Amino acid sequence: MPGSLDKQHEVELARGLIAGNPEAFDRFVEHFRAKIFRYSWLMCGQREDAEEVAQETLLGVFRNFGDLREPERVRPWVFRIARNACLMKRRKSVFAPEHELSLDEFLPAMDGTSGHAKIQIADWSALPDDRVLQSQMHDLLGRAIRELPENYRPVILLRDLEELSTADTARILDLSEDVVKTRLHRARLAIRRKLDEFLRNGKEGDKHGLA
Amino acid sequence: MDSHERTERCKEIFSMLSDYLNLELPPDACSEIESHLAGCPPCIEFADSLRKTVELCHGYRPDDLPDPISRQAREELLEAYRKMLVARRA
Repeated sequence: MPGSLDKQHEVELARGLIAGNPEAFDRFVEHFRAKIFRYSWLMCGQREDAEEVAQETLLGVFRNFGDLREPERVRPWVFRIARNACLMKRRKSVFAPEHELSLDEFLPAMDGTSGHAKIQIADWSALPDDRVLQSQMHDLLGRAIRELPENYRPVILLRDLEELSTADTARILDLSEDVVKTRLHRARLAIRRKLDEFLRNGKEGDKHGLA
Repeated sequence: MDSHERTERCKEIFSMLSDYLNLELPPDACSEIESHLAGCPPCIEFADSLRKTVELCHGYRPDDLPDPISRQAREELLEAYRKMLVARRA
């Protein structure tokens, strides 16, 4: 699993930093700078702000490295600093502002007359292996994430992109674990629906004659 | 179970699917979901599409990358790192 390989790599880098290993410094900076940039870019939508957040976070990390008691927890620890740097920097997000998503709006169309709920969804059994379609799915996924309301986006970024636990995500965002779970589910449903519409309608595929 | 009850059960399952996929439900609730899924192909299909959504998110890497770090920014970080090491050894 890429997430766990990544995590082990990070823990080794953190141990290397604590031990004063000079090679660990540049590798740590390169690795986390890209991660923090991605988080803050998807949060605030401003490239310049995202680069500044990455630099301010890394400065905070090095200044406070003595506070990291367990190198195994380096990722949530860095993201807590990144989240605060992002809040400090934040102009209003250029993406979707905060609002609540209700569960009902994602309930698929159901027809219970046949004994089962007949759920209207696309055929997900074979996701496109065509490179053009894969690239469209990738773009669509990015758009779906950016279009999530601002209070749902950090939850999916930390839980599903950074693969942090519910407990760590809750601590980083100052939310209860129940709120993290609720927002994660709704954010996933919102993204799923956009991908489902794409697979069902193939609207973008039409432009390439692939539908 | 009549069709209305079954549809209501589908809605309950729908609200718990992320917790189920995250393995964050108690064993009893997992068993209930699995026994419903075993008899409800549309719910299996929906759960599968949600699982694939999560997998796509796990692998998502935006095309935008930061510019290479400037020499000045690297020096600033290196200085903070060196000071941290000195403080740790003191």
